[in-house]
Amino acid sequence: MTDREQSTGIAVDSAEVKHARKRYRAERRFRMYGVAAIAAAAGMLALLVISIVATGWTAFYQHSIALDVTFEAKVIDPKGGRDPSVLARADYRKLARASLRKLFPDVKKRGDKRKLYGLLSIGVDQQLAELVAADPSLIGQTRRVEIYASDDVDSFLKGFIDREAPESDRRIKDKEIAWLDKLETDGAITSHLNLRFWTKGDSREPELAGFWGAMVGSFLTLLVTLALSFPVGVLAATYLEEFAPKNRWTDIIEVSINNLAAVPSIVFGLLGLAVFLNFFGLPRSAPLVGGMVLALMTLPTIIIASRSALKAVPPSIREAAFGVGASELQVVTHHVVPLALPGILTGAIIGMARALGETAPLLMIGMVAFIVDIPGSVTDPATVMPVQIYLWADSPERAFVARTSAGVMALLGFLMLMNALAVILRKRFERRW
Amino acid sequence: MLDSETNSATIADPKVVCRDVSVSYSGKQALFDIDLDIGSHQVTSLIGPSGCGKSTFLRCMNRMNDVIDGCVVTGSISVDGVEILDDEIDAVQLRRRVGMVFQKPNPFPKSIYDNIAYGPRIHGLVRGKDELDEVVQTSLERAGLWEEVKDRLLQPGTGLSGGQQQRLCIARAIAVRPDVILMDEPCSALDPIATARVEELIDELKRSYSIVIVTHSMQQAARVSQRTAFFHLGIVVEVGETEQIFTNPRDERTQGYITGRYG
Repeated sequence: MTDREQSTGIAVDSAEVKHARKRYRAERRFRMYGVAAIAAAAGMLALLVISIVATGWTAFYQHSIALDVTFEAKVIDPKGGRDPSVLARADYRKLARASLRKLFPDVKKRGDKRKLYGLLSIGVDQQLAELVAADPSLIGQTRRVEIYASDDVDSFLKGFIDREAPESDRRIKDKEIAWLDKLETDGAITSHLNLRFWTKGDSREPELAGFWGAMVGSFLTLLVTLALSFPVGVLAATYLEEFAPKNRWTDIIEVSINNLAAVPSIVFGLLGLAVFLNFFGLPRSAPLVGGMVLALMTLPTIIIASRSALKAVPPSIREAAFGVGASELQVVTHHVVPLALPGILTGAIIGMARALGETAPLLMIGMVAFIVDIPGSVTDPATVMPVQIYLWADSPERAFVARTSAGVMALLGFLMLMNALAVILRKRFERRW
Repeated sequence: MLDSETNSATIADPKVVCRDVSVSYSGKQALFDIDLDIGSHQVTSLIGPSGCGKSTFLRCMNRMNDVIDGCVVTGSISVDGVEILDDEIDAVQLRRRVGMVFQKPNPFPKSIYDNIAYGPRIHGLVRGKDELDEVVQTSLERAGLWEEVKDRLLQPGTGLSGGQQQRLCIARAIAVRPDVILMDEPCSALDPIATARVEELIDELKRSYSIVIVTHSMQQAARVSQRTAFFHLGIVVEVGETEQIFTNPRDERTQGYITGRYG
């Protein structure tokens, strides 16, 4: 500043300098607004992430109660045939209850007994059945088995239930607390990673509910969406941008596509319900139909992104290719589309990410059903991650709160993965011209 | 349109014969009844102020105007006696015979090798890798670029300097063995040294090809061309031997343009 003043001989307090200072102040102010806006956005994001992680992280581990279970042959397999179907249907709950009674012999009253049994998850029979199915030689032996605690016990052990609260306000009563304390001092209560969450389907019991079914459902649904919307979208965009004559009809088509991109997603769900389910009779709750509905929803996004990517290819490249005698199709397939590919892929992945997080249209076609099995194909009943989150958020059990947040974390993880993929693809295919 | 006293639009041994060529873009006429012959194995330059239609005319000769919506070309253009405005003539085949070099160097964002090899490949002009290698080498040699790029054929063509890129584009044009090369202000984006090299190259290439060059530089037209046509407001005002046009123009509009009174 001083150099300039000396060389040009301008007085420091001239009107010109004052005006310049004012401009610099305005510029600084503008930058500050920008920084403030970004800080506010980042703060809100951090708040969201922190609140989700804080409520959700407890869903990633789980408590079990270790019991010495005697696999009595007369309960499991009275005939001794070792027939798998007989083994699967045996009353394993009885075995677990017997070992509980052995630990607490002075519990005699019917109601107390029921409470005692309630410490264990309802899934105990399935858990023991799986053990026996894997190794039938267990029958007749006594083994220490870690059995899932029920969701209330799990919540209590995680500290969500206050033992000082009046008994009537607690889901875990004084007696149960006493039993649990005894188990704790015996070292029978263990905690471990909640693998079920990543390997199983939904359940009515929070301690048994897993997210894997929804993840597979989302994967199958997105597969259908991608297979339908990407080729159709890219072909439509290429035709409209490169081949179609510019006239009233193509104008109408363009306006319609832009309008479709703004249609609320539930409308696509209603369309799917009316057309795919009621008219074509396709299976309800299936990833096939979900994928088709989401493909309809994603198509405009992909077409618009692809068209702008194609438009951004410089005309000089087209001229160069025409100049050496490439046909129109060769110009498009050899030059224009490869150059537009990063933009097209980015558009497609962002469309897919939006489809991954979509709930409303899938409610309309029945993907909101309670589905325990892991879907094996696109026609099996399934649910998807956001719908699973919605279902859990709607459940009254305390332990589902943490699972809802855990599901949100998993969903956000996948979204971040997809967006990272978009960035990587963009970098990889980007070429200078 | 032209009277034969002041113009020599027709010549004895033409490569391209244009008669009554008119062009309009969406109803707006840009060229009016152009009569012009392009001599073989010589350079014809088209000069004139901006917007006079010289580039439009150039693009008629390989039907590059076909790809512009709403562009209508009428009249007759024949290359070696074959009418090329005929619908039955395939524009793709025509463009192999009549190559083009553009104002801004526009190599494909591919390797130098692939830039040259693209044309021969899509036209099926070569069999096998050896033959293709040979075409790439001779094309680059003819464009005077071989020595500079022979060690980096697989590097991107866009990494070359502007002048090298333009010579690469010329090499790409001659790789498909055209008869005529159209050049649309090929040096306007180049520095004087690169321009001199391209001009040398044009002089060299006229032995094998008939060349039409649009240029804004009258010195360039005087240096490289044998015949010159002066375009103004969509008509050919005057056409003749370059030397005659620049030393002794018959039309006062030509006189005015070459002396720099307008343009």
